[in-house]
Amino acid sequence: MKITDYLKDHILYLDGGMGTLLQEEGLLPGELPERWNMSHPDIITKIHRDYYDAGSHVVNTNTFGASSLKFSAEELDTIVRSAIANARAAACESCGQQPKWVALDIGPTGRMLKPYGDFDFEDAVSVFSETVRLGVKYGADLIMIETMNDSYETKAALLAAKENSDLPIFVSNAYGEDGKLMTGADPTAMVAMLEGMGADAVGINCSLGPRALRSVAEKYLQYASVPVLLKPNAGLPKAVNGRTVYDVLPREFSEEISDLICKGVRVAGGCCGTTPEYISATVKATIHAKPVKLDTKSITCVSSYTHAVIFGESPILIGERINPTGKKRFKEALRAHDMDYILKEGISQQEKGVHILDVNVGLPEINEADMLREAVCELQAIIDLPLQIDTSDPAAMEAALRRYNGKAMINSVNGKQESMDAVFPLAKKYGGLIVALTLDENGIPAKAEGRLAIARRILAEAEKYGIEKKDIIFDPLAMTISADKYAATETIRAVGLIKRELGCHTSLGISNVSFGLPSRDMVNGTFFALTLGQGLSAAIMNPYSQEMMKAYHSYRALMGLDENCAAYIDFAETAPQPTSPSALERNAAPSEKEYASELQRAIVKGLKEQAAQMTAGLLHTLAPLQIVQEQIIPALNIVGEGFEKKTVYLPQLLMSAEAAKSAFEVIKANMAEEKTGDKCTFVIATVEGDIHDIGKNIVKLILENYGFCVTDLGRDVSPDEIVACTVRLHAPIVGLSALMTTTVPAMEKTIRQLRREAPWCRIVVGGAVLNQEYADAIGADKYAKDAMETVRYAEEINKTLMESRI
Amino acid sequence: MRMENTIYTRSYGAPPWNRREILRYAGVKGDTSELDALLQSCLDEVEDKLVYRVCYREFAVTQHPAYFDLGFLKSASAGLKKNLSGCESIILFAATIGIEIDRLIARSATVSATKALLFQAIGAERIESLCDAFNCNITEQKAAEGLRTRPRFSAGYGDFPLEAQKDIFAVLDCSRRIGLTLNESLLMSPSKSVTAIIGVGR
Repeated sequence: MKITDYLKDHILYLDGGMGTLLQEEGLLPGELPERWNMSHPDIITKIHRDYYDAGSHVVNTNTFGASSLKFSAEELDTIVRSAIANARAAACESCGQQPKWVALDIGPTGRMLKPYGDFDFEDAVSVFSETVRLGVKYGADLIMIETMNDSYETKAALLAAKENSDLPIFVSNAYGEDGKLMTGADPTAMVAMLEGMGADAVGINCSLGPRALRSVAEKYLQYASVPVLLKPNAGLPKAVNGRTVYDVLPREFSEEISDLICKGVRVAGGCCGTTPEYISATVKATIHAKPVKLDTKSITCVSSYTHAVIFGESPILIGERINPTGKKRFKEALRAHDMDYILKEGISQQEKGVHILDVNVGLPEINEADMLREAVCELQAIIDLPLQIDTSDPAAMEAALRRYNGKAMINSVNGKQESMDAVFPLAKKYGGLIVALTLDENGIPAKAEGRLAIARRILAEAEKYGIEKKDIIFDPLAMTISADKYAATETIRAVGLIKRELGCHTSLGISNVSFGLPSRDMVNGTFFALTLGQGLSAAIMNPYSQEMMKAYHSYRALMGLDENCAAYIDFAETAPQPTSPSALERNAAPSEKEYASELQRAIVKGLKEQAAQMTAGLLHTLAPLQIVQEQIIPALNIVGEGFEKKTVYLPQLLMSAEAAKSAFEVIKANMAEEKTGDKCTFVIATVEGDIHDIGKNIVKLILENYGFCVTDLGRDVSPDEIVACTVRLHAPIVGLSALMTTTVPAMEKTIRQLRREAPWCRIVVGGAVLNQEYADAIGADKYAKDAMETVRYAEEINKTLMESRI
Repeated sequence: MRMENTIYTRSYGAPPWNRREILRYAGVKGDTSELDALLQSCLDEVEDKLVYRVCYREFAVTQHPAYFDLGFLKSASAGLKKNLSGCESIILFAATIGIEIDRLIARSATVSATKALLFQAIGAERIESLCDAFNCNITEQKAAEGLRTRPRFSAGYGDFPLEAQKDIFAVLDCSRRIGLTLNESLLMSPSKSVTAIIGVGR
């Protein structure tokens, strides 16, 4: 019988702890337990058999750490083969009458994935894939991915299991006492992602006892449609008279589990500290319990690496600003590969209160798949909002979905066969909530009924792939009223029709409706309110638009979705009021004599907003370059000299640099021709193996301030990459940073390669571990102790360059 | 089960905040008035995002003429030998304040280098305070048994090589217990983490 069939109307018992029992048998600290499959097959088989005898349907093979990271290919093969053979032998020997299965156990790699660790996502997928393939080869009945405490690694393991086997897959995560994974995911996020990718059971194991995991288990039961698994520890270890005991005994353990089985847990076992005694107590306590029927939850949601966003009564705001359409500055940023620009758009939309970020980075002249993948990875490194991946290129969609850490929103599919053939298989494989546009080969139907008909066809096609209705959200398309006076009314009707007739959620790109009209915000806000009234679930919108935010907050307050109108009041109080000119003047008034101008003072004092404001003001009367030469640079010099004389400290230097940067941004936006700096190119990177970049970022910021064209290659950059870039740009200066003694050799290697292939360039090094002596030893031209020293050195080189040109 | 085989895990509430230490880590001396508001906003932002987790294990140690047997590693380090002189056992521990501080540092790096620097300093102060809190617990616990503890000692101090991190991670199960991992270049992730040895003796 297949385990998934058995699970339909039975409770399934798993085994208990393995590691703690092996230690009892003499496993030494630091010894790899997987080797015991070969050296002590009798002990391993006996432990498995004891679990089967106690009533376990499933035992996990002794392969928790069995991966190519720890073992050679040959040994790994032997380990998996022996481990499965040991479990099989135990099943044959056991006196238990229950059906028995052997699960290939897969634990975490122990490595942190990029960007916060150094382990690449695809490398993780490959490592898990090897173990999965061996499990399949030697006949495991199912795959148990367990004790995962990072959502991204969990995704890598599940993807590897799906791509290399047809076996049922159970996925279990380890939660801390805060109810989250170590890297921040809560249960709703994990359920959304894992169900979306097609796990056959999801759940919780390790870290705590059953009582401490109760609230996490209840969350799983609330959100999961697939069977929920629970495999807690026997509480926590305590030292008693020189021996270790776990503080939850079998009786209490079985009572707790029994209670959660009554609430709906369908797969139960134990983890660290539990023994066959715990399992047999649990089986006895629940032998007559009726399995709670599985119910389909029909929750429409997306997730990030921390939380899920659920579509329901309260409207969901999807920020539309990460999109180059009609934005000159954004296109420039994409061409220049300026990720910071995209990240800033993301952060500021989050600060405005959006729930999801739309990400569109398509430009004809760039490789969209690479750019979209990179944008998604960079955004999810620092922003915990779910992403809506917005592209019409299926290859780009797949590249982004694969790396996305959660359940993404997929924007979009439409009623054209070609579109559905391309998008649905991706959604099935990676999970996701699909935005479906109600148009097809014949275009957009004028009437709401026509759009509803397309929606029905899309649902029917999705069903063929096993994609449920809850995972499709319809966009009935907002068209401009300046072209057709009934454009908005039909869209508004379509929202209502789709909701009533199909029970589906809807989303709209709001701004289209006002295309070609003056004061578009006004129309957009009212249109948004009207569609919300028809039950619109989500809007792709501009969160900087006051009218849109007003409609959103008023709607929630009016519909009883905002307790005590708290969010509305908060919004109303902080909403910017039109400022009178006199207020602006007052702000700028108190001039201190010591500064040549107000702008200079703002920069020296590190006042970011003021610096930008004053620059905008000055641009009315002065030429951009004049402002730079006469105001900004002298201000920076005051601070820079102060820093060198130790009257100004690093944080103050940085605040001034930021203020200067905001002034530069204003000037840039006003200059006809984009020109990042008037001085020479400076290539900067943190060397391979090193992921610290704060020092490098500081140097970059200050260099930019002083007019250098900085090309930042990021952190953990290989010598080849640095050399290639230096050669391509024929850069006269390269700056290398390292924080760890262990990465200084990588710096040395980079310098050697640069000398060979870019003999013209000068190399300046810095970072916590370096000093003059080190710098000399590895052949650098210059050791700079801080950012200012780097600037001075770069200016020297720039000067020589300029002179040689004359 | 023998005690030596057990890895214990502890979670702490936030240890007392030390603003002066944070400013010291940020490299500021004297007048900080310009920074106060910014620092406060960083502290507000960081407050509920940190965890304070420690895992530890006790090992009996023996001194040999040429090396020290730490129970999980034999080391010839002179610095360690001096630190552990007269010790019968050690507490080997790993501590972390979690990944969120790394995210905050990276996030603020794109919008404000000053904030990134302050978060960096806050992280440094937090992990040190966590180690102090744990160390203090162990010292009290051992004092009750009539034992004294030595100042904590980490891989990379003096002649005790950073490579010892590999052995430490092999016996502390850090990734599973507290979500702490070791990179190939021997950096730890999350970055605001510490591993150390506390000697225990008469």
